[in-house]
Amino acid sequence: MGMTIAEKIIALAAGVPQVKAGDIHTVNLDRMMSNDGTTHLTVDMYHKKLKNPRIADPKKMVFIVDHNVPSDSPKTAASQKKMRDFAREHEIDFWEGKGVCHQIMMEHYVCPGELIFGADSHTCTYGALGAFGTGVGCTDLLYGMVTGTSWVLVPETVKFNLVGRLSEGVYPRDLMLTIIGEIGASGVSYQVMEFCGPGAETLSVDDRMVLCNLSVEAGAKTAVFQADQVALDWLEERGRKPKAVFASDEDAVYAREYTFDLSEIRPVAARPDFVDDVVPVKEVCGVRIDEAFLGSCNNGRIDDLRVGAAIVKDRKISDHVRFLVVPASNEVYLQALKEGLIDIFMRSGAIVMNPNCSVCWGSCQGVIGEQEVLISTGTRNFKGRAGHPNSKVYLGSAATVAASAVKGEICTADML
Amino acid sequence: MEEFTGNIWVLGDDIDTDIIIPTEYLALETIEEMKQYAFSPLRPELAGKITAGDIIVAGKNFGCGSSREQAPEVLKALGIRCIVAKSFARIFFRNSINNGLLLIEQPDLHDHAEEGEEICVRVNREITCGGMTYPIASLPDNLVEILQAGGLVKAMRRRNGLAD
Repeated sequence: MGMTIAEKIIALAAGVPQVKAGDIHTVNLDRMMSNDGTTHLTVDMYHKKLKNPRIADPKKMVFIVDHNVPSDSPKTAASQKKMRDFAREHEIDFWEGKGVCHQIMMEHYVCPGELIFGADSHTCTYGALGAFGTGVGCTDLLYGMVTGTSWVLVPETVKFNLVGRLSEGVYPRDLMLTIIGEIGASGVSYQVMEFCGPGAETLSVDDRMVLCNLSVEAGAKTAVFQADQVALDWLEERGRKPKAVFASDEDAVYAREYTFDLSEIRPVAARPDFVDDVVPVKEVCGVRIDEAFLGSCNNGRIDDLRVGAAIVKDRKISDHVRFLVVPASNEVYLQALKEGLIDIFMRSGAIVMNPNCSVCWGSCQGVIGEQEVLISTGTRNFKGRAGHPNSKVYLGSAATVAASAVKGEICTADML
Repeated sequence: MEEFTGNIWVLGDDIDTDIIIPTEYLALETIEEMKQYAFSPLRPELAGKITAGDIIVAGKNFGCGSSREQAPEVLKALGIRCIVAKSFARIFFRNSINNGLLLIEQPDLHDHAEEGEEICVRVNREITCGGMTYPIASLPDNLVEILQAGGLVKAMRRRNGLAD
């Protein structure tokens, strides 16, 4: 029986010739990532709950401080120090303030064919390079760190056949929000989203990251693209080589199949408080906003900053709006500087921040108050996600966010 | 076969981890300090009313969102005996089992259950509530091992020789 890309990655990691959906396997993990959201808890368990533990392979570990950067309280500083000290003591790769964890992982570590656990739900981003990345909690991370292994239930795969090409002014973020709106917040629960077809080939690695990153918002265990020439070129530019390049077999078994025509996608927004409450932007036009956010592991890359900068160029941000621009990594930030994008943002009145998770996770920077409205390129719009329980978060593309920041109310770029 | 009863709290669909424990309270040093804020964006009074042995009954996709393990930890600290939902988000599912918190998928109970009712859970077999019986599936052996040990850390202490 044929296997899907995800099944082949699990089979390789489990050291078996064949796996099928529903099997439980012990796998060797290629890499593990943990950030300042929960690493201090993993470190505490390591020291306090286990007798004479050791780390199976420190070279497979990556610790990244990205959630509260720079730290915003003595308590945060203490938990980050715990993480920093542990990384130094055990010679674990350690990043601090250099970017959002998934962007750092993509720029420096992820390779096609790898099975990666991350103590963060958006670890599914790594499927953009044909890897199997999935989010876990701090206890699973601890187990993986100490044993080098974990267990996985082989998930079913759902095929998303993409055809056509996105129209001008429509972005991968509009596509993924549309897909989530259609299948729902648990539409692919426990399953893998496999993106394929001629439309998939038109997407850059950055575009693919947008799709894979949000797959968890539809309940997916992960999402994956085949590592084609686009992905392999991207990898080679960064001096890395694949672990394995897999394609799904023709007789692979899929739980379901969907087809999306990219040319039919239009700008959309997700309304508060659910990522799957997706409507055309036109339906929420006119909603007055207090804050706009361009950043995050979903939409803080150079393409997004280019789109945002082109819209705010020679314009002013509305005087009742705070517009936060947060490049996803230093690499992105430096490129934006080189292209003059940061100049454009600052002249427009935007607040340009250091790379970090920012208001997307509702802590540290830009937290919003009672009844305030945020339009965001972040990952989630759950109740209270960005601050006060009664605040509201709309999700949209970089273009929609930048245009709304200028107008002071939700709008599309062509309405300016 | 294990059997227990408990009073139920009924919640809806898509209860996310930001509702279970909002980001702003994650900086608190202990789970004991955090637990009073469980569900606060949705029902600020709820955490104060939950007593040890209570059971949560919810709709689909319970625990969606972030991988924060503080979510199942605060529920365990409040004394929640188990959660019965139409479905669970997968990271929350793993995190709960890893913390020794029993989760049960049951598609129909939520449609009939009323808050405050007492239900009886016969693990791996059935739930009874208001004179009705709802079948439940058995958990896989590897999860039962983790639950019976009281969580993954305790299971690994036993399995990997890392105990005192």
